[in-house]
Amino acid sequence: MEVSAKSLEHPQAVVFETVSKSFKKAASAVAALHEVSFSVAPGSITGLIGPDAAGKSTLMRLATGLLVPDSGTITVLGHDAVAEPLQIQTRVGYMPQRFGLYEDLTTQENLDLYADLQGVRPEDRPPRYDELMRMTGLGDFRKRLAGRLSGGMKQKLGLACTLVRYPELLVLDEPTVGVDPLSRRELWNIVYQLVREQQMTVLLSTAYLDEAENCDHIVMLYEGRVLGQGTPADFKKKVEGRTYAARIEGNDSKRSLQEKISRAAGVVDAVIQGDSIRLLTDKTHPQTTFDFEIQPILPRFEDSFIDMLSGLKTDETTAPVPDWSDTIKKKPDLHKPVIHVQNLSRRFGDFYAVKDISFEVYPGEIFGLLGANGAGKSTTFRMLCGLLPVSSGTLYVAGADLRHAAAAARLRIGYMSQKFSLYGDLSVRQNLNFYSSAYGLQGKIQAERIEWALEEFGLHSMADDNSITLPLGFRQRLSMACAVMHHPDILFLDEPTSGVDPLARRHFWSRINTLAEQNVTIMVTTHFMEEAEYCNRLAIMAAGQILTIGTPKEIRLQAADREHPDPTIEQAFIRLIEREESQRRTA
Amino acid sequence: MSEPGNQPIGRGGSVMRLRGLIRKEFLQIVRDPSSMAIAFLMPAILLFLFGYGVSLDAKHIPIALIVDDKSEIAENFASELGGSDYFRPQRFLNMAQAQQQMMQGKVQAIVRLREDFSRQIAEGSQAAVQVIVNGIDANYGRLVLGYIQGAWAKWLEHTAQMHGQAIAGPVNIEHRIWFNAEVQSRNYLVPGLIALIMTLIGALLTAMVMAREWERGTLEALLVTPARVGEVLVSKLAAYYLLGVGGMLLSVGMAVFLFGVPLRGSFAVLFAASSLFLLAALGMGLLISTVTRNQFVAGQTAIIVTYLPAFLLSGFIFDIASMPWLVRGITHVVAARYFVAILQTVFLAGDIWSVILPNAAALAAMAAILLFLVRVKSSKRLE
Repeated sequence: MEVSAKSLEHPQAVVFETVSKSFKKAASAVAALHEVSFSVAPGSITGLIGPDAAGKSTLMRLATGLLVPDSGTITVLGHDAVAEPLQIQTRVGYMPQRFGLYEDLTTQENLDLYADLQGVRPEDRPPRYDELMRMTGLGDFRKRLAGRLSGGMKQKLGLACTLVRYPELLVLDEPTVGVDPLSRRELWNIVYQLVREQQMTVLLSTAYLDEAENCDHIVMLYEGRVLGQGTPADFKKKVEGRTYAARIEGNDSKRSLQEKISRAAGVVDAVIQGDSIRLLTDKTHPQTTFDFEIQPILPRFEDSFIDMLSGLKTDETTAPVPDWSDTIKKKPDLHKPVIHVQNLSRRFGDFYAVKDISFEVYPGEIFGLLGANGAGKSTTFRMLCGLLPVSSGTLYVAGADLRHAAAAARLRIGYMSQKFSLYGDLSVRQNLNFYSSAYGLQGKIQAERIEWALEEFGLHSMADDNSITLPLGFRQRLSMACAVMHHPDILFLDEPTSGVDPLARRHFWSRINTLAEQNVTIMVTTHFMEEAEYCNRLAIMAAGQILTIGTPKEIRLQAADREHPDPTIEQAFIRLIEREESQRRTA
Repeated sequence: MSEPGNQPIGRGGSVMRLRGLIRKEFLQIVRDPSSMAIAFLMPAILLFLFGYGVSLDAKHIPIALIVDDKSEIAENFASELGGSDYFRPQRFLNMAQAQQQMMQGKVQAIVRLREDFSRQIAEGSQAAVQVIVNGIDANYGRLVLGYIQGAWAKWLEHTAQMHGQAIAGPVNIEHRIWFNAEVQSRNYLVPGLIALIMTLIGALLTAMVMAREWERGTLEALLVTPARVGEVLVSKLAAYYLLGVGGMLLSVGMAVFLFGVPLRGSFAVLFAASSLFLLAALGMGLLISTVTRNQFVAGQTAIIVTYLPAFLLSGFIFDIASMPWLVRGITHVVAARYFVAILQTVFLAGDIWSVILPNAAALAAMAAILLFLVRVKSSKRLE
């Protein structure tokens, strides 16, 4: 980190000096910190970047005086965080990860409460409220209960509450987690505006690597340690000249090409990006020649992150290939849909969560369902799994009519829910045992499959640990193991990778690919837009309806215009939703 | 940043914060159906249950009657028993039949007049009446035995007067029951119930709502504001104190006007004692939630350490004096015990200061200790 002359004139807004913090309980939710040092310059945006359990929240709680460090000193706005927490708390705005909105209070009542707590004078309130409403676009929802706002709106209201009196330092703990791309962009615009117009200092954390590039300064945290810090450009410099794009030729499947490239010698990372494969080469031999054509491209922050992490992580071997060809007796008819949805609707009272959707999914397809929070993805999923009765329409899954034979269909599907839904107090092996029994496996086959799952998902070393104590990435592997042990024909994955670090996410997709190659049908929801590229086809949902269905390329082309001839999936998603919303408004 | 609207008001900030917090509490209470249910529906249900359903009085007790003596005097005693409100006697010819009825739980006692009953009465010697009581429910058994003995004594006295002679019976007892002349259990159950209802609101509800703030992360956001811990606590105390007072007024109103329980003491004393008890219960509720920070654990803990003791160890139903010494010792740390004593006194006897003052002092001490502990245990830190 460069200490410039400027930073000496203006004291730093936040200074951490060799701060360590450990927790007595081995709770999985909070992470320890080891000798963390960094500082935040006034008027800048500093991003804490790292996967879950890196220690981001712990760090923010230390900065706001909610926790006391074991050693080291923390100075915030000139105050010692241990000795004078109240002085800090009157001058910072803090938005915890699950922002504490009172859900049974309306938007306006939440604002009033925080205005009272922050001591905003009554005469100053109306103009400030108007300003905040304009900024967040919540003006039409002032009388709505906070609990009935969408996820993105809740985050914006949370931010508005911390801004009823402009704080000198804004501390945001993962403000964009679980928020759809559109709301994410809006939240970032608010942050930019505050820094620009109010010279506010912002310290925020995020698990989205693409957001790192929005920051002035980055502190990269991993397992409680600072891996590196600097500007996004500093990070990108480290992988300069090592990033390439390999174009997909002809009929070559981009997933198989990506698999091939990622296994090639000298390749650190390979991901699908649009119509090409993005790859990062090894530091030691950047000039390796490959048997495919590559073109140099500009590095991203994510390349640098993966580069640093892959050097650290040794426990992750390349994903072994799950093979259950023995149980798939005959090759399914690839032209006969395994999921057939026709005019499907689901109504709650007079509200349509899902309205008149139709689509078909074929064997071996990876079919993605994308949409903002509350677009109807989870409702659709639950109906497909036979967990929620349909209001109207037809629904065939694996040949069974779900309205009459849900149980029969359920044996042929695997479901991995958004939240960790296994038994935390059972060991890994006990969970596998239970779920395999629940799907009717027994005796020798059951024992074989459990052994297979432990092997395949790299869970052997922790087979007897309680599953709640596993790191997030391993819990997610266990969830998937439980969902596939009975060798389902169709696998439903509801946001399987949220909160999982980028390396684990890559291994996860590699497994999914292999399954799809064996004609397992996969339906997946995700809010990582770049992951949508792994899908054969996508459906974008908004307000319970399907806006468009197509291959990732078709969808990108639909959103292309003169300004953005080659949009990313994320840009395409935002554009399509905006288009839909403006149409609805004019209608 | 000196633009208008960003200057916090200095003095009066605390008042503004408190006002905001208290208003928030009330909006939450009003909008949360479960709070309203615990505060108003639950008391009403409990009052109806105890007011109409539960009665510790014994009436129309089924008893077996065996009269071996065919004399007029024996028949006279038998009809005396039959004429009483307390008994519903059934005649049996022999002991075996009666015992069978007792085994099956169809009668609660056997009363047998032997062949020499009239002879013994005539001789003026100790006449023997054999009484066998079902002792499974010991309290009830004692009650039944007492009633039978009472009926016997009354009959003896009566007979003696009729014959103009003194029979060598028990000493003539002239008894009067004070405070609850009709000996209706409702009259002491319903006042005691107020302690139970206020425990529900003060400790259980408060423990749950505070733990909910921890669980939902709302408290974390609140802590990083200028709000002081004391202000957060006072706002909770104020809101749930008022809710508790509401519950008390409802209970007292139903007790007096619906169930006709007499209120012989003054309302002011009742109100003051209730306030003290409520503070102790609130202190307990806040302490539990501060320590557990989890709704489920807080709820369970509150039931075990406040509600059940208020039910079992407060003297509300079970007499404290007849408990084993160890349990009796434990009752001294149950706040409800002191409150129940005050409640029963104020309702049925009046403002008896020698009862009210020591109990109120105990309540005040408990409230002070609990609230002090809450203040010490609460800080603006997460651990």
